[in-house]
Amino acid sequence: MDSILEMKGITKTFPGVKALDDVNLSVREGEIHALIGENGAGKSTLMKVLSGVYPQGSFDGEIRFRGQPQAFRGIADSERLGIIIIHQELALVPLLSITENLFLGNEQASRGVIDWDAATLRARELLRMVGLHDPPETLITDIGVGKQQLVEIAKALSKEVKLLILDEPTASLNESDSDALLELLLQFKARGIASILISHKLNEIAKVADRVTILRDGTTVETLDCREAVVSQDRIIRGMVGRALSDRYPRRTTVPGDVLFEVKGWSADHPAHPGRRVVRDVNLTVRRGEVVGIAGLMGAGRTEFAMSLFGRSYGRNIRGQAFLDGREIDVSTISRAMANGLAYATEDRKHLGLVLDNDIRHNVTLANLKGVAKRWVIDHEREVQVAEEFRRRLRIRCPDVFQETVNLSGGNQQKVVLSKWLFADPQVLILDEPTRGIDVGAKYEIYTIINQLVAEGRGVVLISSEMPELLGVADRIFVMNAGAMVAEMPAAEASQEKIMRAIMRSGETLMSGEALP
Amino acid sequence: MSAELNLPARGPRVSMGRFVKAHMRDYGMLLSLVAIVLFFQYMTDGTLLQPLNLTNLVLQNSYIVIMALGMLLVIVAGHIDLSVGSVVALIGALAATLMVRLHLDIVTTTLLCLLAGAAIGAVQGFWVAYLRIPSFIVTLAGMLVFRGLCLILLAGQSVGPFPVEFQRLSSGFIPDFLALDAFNLGKFHLTSLLLCAAVAAALVVMNTMARLRRQSVAIEQEPLPLFVAKNVALAAVLIYVGQLLASYRGLPNVLIIMSVLIALYSFVTRNTTVGRRVYALGGNEKAAKLSGIDTRRLSFYTFVNMGVLAALAGLIFAARLNTATPKAGVSFELDVIAACFIGGASASGGVGRVTGAVIGAFIMGVMNNGMSILGIGIDWQQVIKGMVLLAAVTIDVYNKNKA
Repeated sequence: MDSILEMKGITKTFPGVKALDDVNLSVREGEIHALIGENGAGKSTLMKVLSGVYPQGSFDGEIRFRGQPQAFRGIADSERLGIIIIHQELALVPLLSITENLFLGNEQASRGVIDWDAATLRARELLRMVGLHDPPETLITDIGVGKQQLVEIAKALSKEVKLLILDEPTASLNESDSDALLELLLQFKARGIASILISHKLNEIAKVADRVTILRDGTTVETLDCREAVVSQDRIIRGMVGRALSDRYPRRTTVPGDVLFEVKGWSADHPAHPGRRVVRDVNLTVRRGEVVGIAGLMGAGRTEFAMSLFGRSYGRNIRGQAFLDGREIDVSTISRAMANGLAYATEDRKHLGLVLDNDIRHNVTLANLKGVAKRWVIDHEREVQVAEEFRRRLRIRCPDVFQETVNLSGGNQQKVVLSKWLFADPQVLILDEPTRGIDVGAKYEIYTIINQLVAEGRGVVLISSEMPELLGVADRIFVMNAGAMVAEMPAAEASQEKIMRAIMRSGETLMSGEALP
Repeated sequence: MSAELNLPARGPRVSMGRFVKAHMRDYGMLLSLVAIVLFFQYMTDGTLLQPLNLTNLVLQNSYIVIMALGMLLVIVAGHIDLSVGSVVALIGALAATLMVRLHLDIVTTTLLCLLAGAAIGAVQGFWVAYLRIPSFIVTLAGMLVFRGLCLILLAGQSVGPFPVEFQRLSSGFIPDFLALDAFNLGKFHLTSLLLCAAVAAALVVMNTMARLRRQSVAIEQEPLPLFVAKNVALAAVLIYVGQLLASYRGLPNVLIIMSVLIALYSFVTRNTTVGRRVYALGGNEKAAKLSGIDTRRLSFYTFVNMGVLAALAGLIFAARLNTATPKAGVSFELDVIAACFIGGASASGGVGRVTGAVIGAFIMGVMNNGMSILGIGIDWQQVIKGMVLLAAVTIDVYNKNKA
């Protein structure tokens, strides 16, 4: 069989990070090719190289499409050849109709005047092909995510797609929608359209994929052919996570003490869709001096859980109890949660963590202005001393504390966010992806800070998508999937395979439609 | 890494050039005001700074300056208030109704009017902060509603005159406790001059103390020569203005009210937790909220505050005209908003200073006054003012991007 796509020796570097290192990918005519790997393995970057988001010249390597070498300058170039990518975050305009979205930028028009009759007829035809029976004039905002996914695919069809790329298309779909979507991929295959399917759900891959390429840490591990021999899930998982842990984590001697913090029966619904449960009956304990890790894939509900716990800053219909030292505490608003010893350092430091226009000093004291004020009046000198102290303790690299945080590197910004919460002096600190996007050295320093915190008898909850980090830093690991805690294990007994297996198993239980309250 | 950890005992030394460059935005505005004053002083052959005209300048601008203080907080919080001009008219009408028609006393009337202003602010603030309707729309509606209510209250007519004591709010001057003819000073208002001198001395002492305090914790300081020059200039300008005003009728009552408010609001914005939180709210509402700040309540109170200040401005304006008219305060909101933006506030919130807004208001005021003396028509005045606003903000944005 001929290859429709050959990507050879793709290397892409960002300042300080090698995102892709000599990656090879070959997709045959009319096959469904699964691309898998951990978060951050380089899947999305590879697809951005393919679709022209990163133009020719910003990476090394060669792309051949149907045998011809290609030099894409932008998405328009790749789309012209029929390479269409559907991102995880759908690119639809919510307040326009299905028809308008289908032909956005590609209107059925002559001399700028849209022919609505032609557009509607063509839209109906496309929707029939993807099995969507809603009227084309329905607004996108009025249909569910599953149908929106179908609209995206119909849009791809309207552009004469040859190679369809789906980035975790079923991540936010329920079972029947997922099945319908996979069925659609098989239909396209029958019509000779090749697809690249990025997914974490191994059972789906087993169902539809012809071949699987595994990425890890920005390199190609291997390509397995599912049609020649049966490829087991364990085989794939080993390929995904199989790497040796080096000494990247500072040693900790603290021994966890009594139970400090406990959450019982915590549930929350999606803020925009009441009734759509995103956190399901979560129980969690944190002991004094303990780092508790929460593992899970993106969208597992970890951030949603943490934010709903921290003063109901996410979700609605929130239920459950929180205890500190055995006493039930009120966490119904952020200021009450903080007063009761809770703190949450966000994963999204630019949008939720920092006031970027303000300097380091003002950001550090923001959550505890009372700590540098007498009554209402801020003691500026004391404020500078406090900020200076954190700058030294956390080794924030900057000339002085009067630098605007917008100018700092990611790692230093993260340290400012941590400083803010350390100055608020919490008993339990929830860290959401504290090392995302920062370099190895800064990571080590942040792990050291975590060690200091637990040595002082506090509790730390560490949410991370990097499993080696969880294994290296946490004392105990909870595994979360689809809003529920699906496993709990001491870090000493945990392994990446074990965690991944817990996620996959629970995914299957959910897929087979059991026990959804 | 460890070498940079020892804290210097004294403030880091900064070269004059670097410091001026880093703070060009702060000085630039003040220098622009000085340049504009000198320009019109020259063009009007000295009329601009004649005691009578200077007094008028203060009286004419007081209500704009007072409202700019509230507007600055609203803008820093990331909102806007278009209704203040209509609120000025409505409160003037309310004061006239209470005093002229119902013969209530001044104190009761003033309190009721300020309360009405707070209520107006509270209603708009509730819509903006709790119902999350964009402030532009809420206050645009308010602008129409309050103007309409003012017309209804006045039945379309002007109502006046006000009792004499009320007029003093705007046209009165502080009494001269030292009216001694022994110095043969004629009608020179010695109290006013001494008051200005005392304020100047107090400011210099406070600045010096702050500088010494900072030195102990290594905050970057402006170089000593610059500090001395700035304080000498500040004291000289204050005493000079005091001397000018004293040679007419002394300090207007309004100037005292205005000065106290300016001092209060610059203290609140710079030195209090509430002030700091408003900046955080405007800079990044979500981050502020996740840091435990009740952002909705804070937004709400910035509008309540704006309402009270607009009411005060309404009283002063009515007292100055000595009638309440339906046309009062038309387009004031634009002058007030322009003052804030000329003074360096950011339209996207989080950035702006009280001193900047006050300077901005005076830049507008001096231009109005100077161009009127020169006999420039209202048509060209608007064109010029519009271009100055655009130029000021463009330079500010350009400087910021370059920095």
